[in-house]
Amino acid sequence: MSDREPLFSSKNLKLLKDPLGADNPITVQVLGICSALAVTVKLEPSIVMALSVTIVLAASNVVISLMRHYIPPRIRIIVQLTVIATMVILVDQFLKAYAYDVSKQLSVFVGLIITNCIIMGRLEAFALGNKPWPSFLDGIGNGAGYGIILIIVAFFRELLGSGTIFGFPLFEKIGLYKIGYENNGLMILPPMALITVGIIIWVQRSRNKDLIETH
Amino acid sequence: MENLINIFVKSVFIDNMIFAYFLGMCSYLAVSKTVKTSVGLGIAVIFVLGITVPVDYLLENYILKEGALVWLSPNLADVDLSFLSFIMFIAVIASMVQLVEMIVEKFSPALYSSLGIFLPLIAVNCAILGGSLFMQERQYASIAEATSFGLGSGVGWFLAIVGIAAIREKLRYSNVPAPLKGLGITFIITGLMGIAFMSFMGIKL
Repeated sequence: MSDREPLFSSKNLKLLKDPLGADNPITVQVLGICSALAVTVKLEPSIVMALSVTIVLAASNVVISLMRHYIPPRIRIIVQLTVIATMVILVDQFLKAYAYDVSKQLSVFVGLIITNCIIMGRLEAFALGNKPWPSFLDGIGNGAGYGIILIIVAFFRELLGSGTIFGFPLFEKIGLYKIGYENNGLMILPPMALITVGIIIWVQRSRNKDLIETH
Repeated sequence: MENLINIFVKSVFIDNMIFAYFLGMCSYLAVSKTVKTSVGLGIAVIFVLGITVPVDYLLENYILKEGALVWLSPNLADVDLSFLSFIMFIAVIASMVQLVEMIVEKFSPALYSSLGIFLPLIAVNCAILGGSLFMQERQYASIAEATSFGLGSGVGWFLAIVGIAAIREKLRYSNVPAPLKGLGITFIITGLMGIAFMSFMGIKL
């Protein structure tokens, strides 16, 4: 590293900002959809999930990036999975110790971070070819991009499906039920998560014409 | 035999990996642009699921489960290694995927290059790990039942990805709003297919 660049050079800031919009892991890179569908019925687990994924992603990005010259390409998947699994176990233990209720609520989904394609995808596409610091920023950026989509989807599904926000009965308080409003039970079912993500993609691409796919 | 067919049909249609559990969506969405590549990936998934589920079944029942080590020595009757099941399952899956990757690279370089990053991603395809975890949860009675379940789930996933790929090939000629083209409309169609497949859920064979 003869030409030391500043920690937050414009190139590095780009790594942090791009995944939030133009290079979003869910809506543009198409990674990590499974858990986005599974945990977004309520807001609270979605936020914990987003934080856990960000931490696991940043940590395993750094570890893999440090080891990138020593991993034989043939067995790289197993090495990556071992690193990810270790990080997930750490996060799981941490949640159990300091946020037991949420950890119980998430139960299986913390374990399913191991199979979240975002993590494997970023390790393959970024950390294997970059230095630790950019890899760390890439991890944080992609985790945040994932989190934003999760929170938007969960917000609409919880609001329209159960009429609450963070468990606070908003629709009941403003008296919507009295004038004949009914919760849309379909919003709680998995297919509506897909359609909500589809609509988010629609909105995002109408605003950013560069992302429109041409066939 | 009847039982095996029952499990197979059930895991193909009723408990479809994609439409009932939404597992393995990432590669499903990204590789379903043409029927040809999706057939390739679908077969790879059937193959990996058909091998990993029985192997994980043996692991679960002869090593990990509480008291499963009795065949080694009666003293081990109260050893419970089930906390290791996650990492054991993922290790089996990762090695199988590496094997499939080597085979595909050797025998079909064209398919290898078109599957690109998504071949290693089979290892983190939730459908594969999900298959093993469902097998553990449902406690199938024999290895034949577990194999039948694994193959059935693979075939169900195969059907789903080939179906969406066929629809997407036709979609190319239809007039979709520009921002919805590609990924957006695929999400919405998958949602609609999911609603359609939900009608299978009540059926008992």
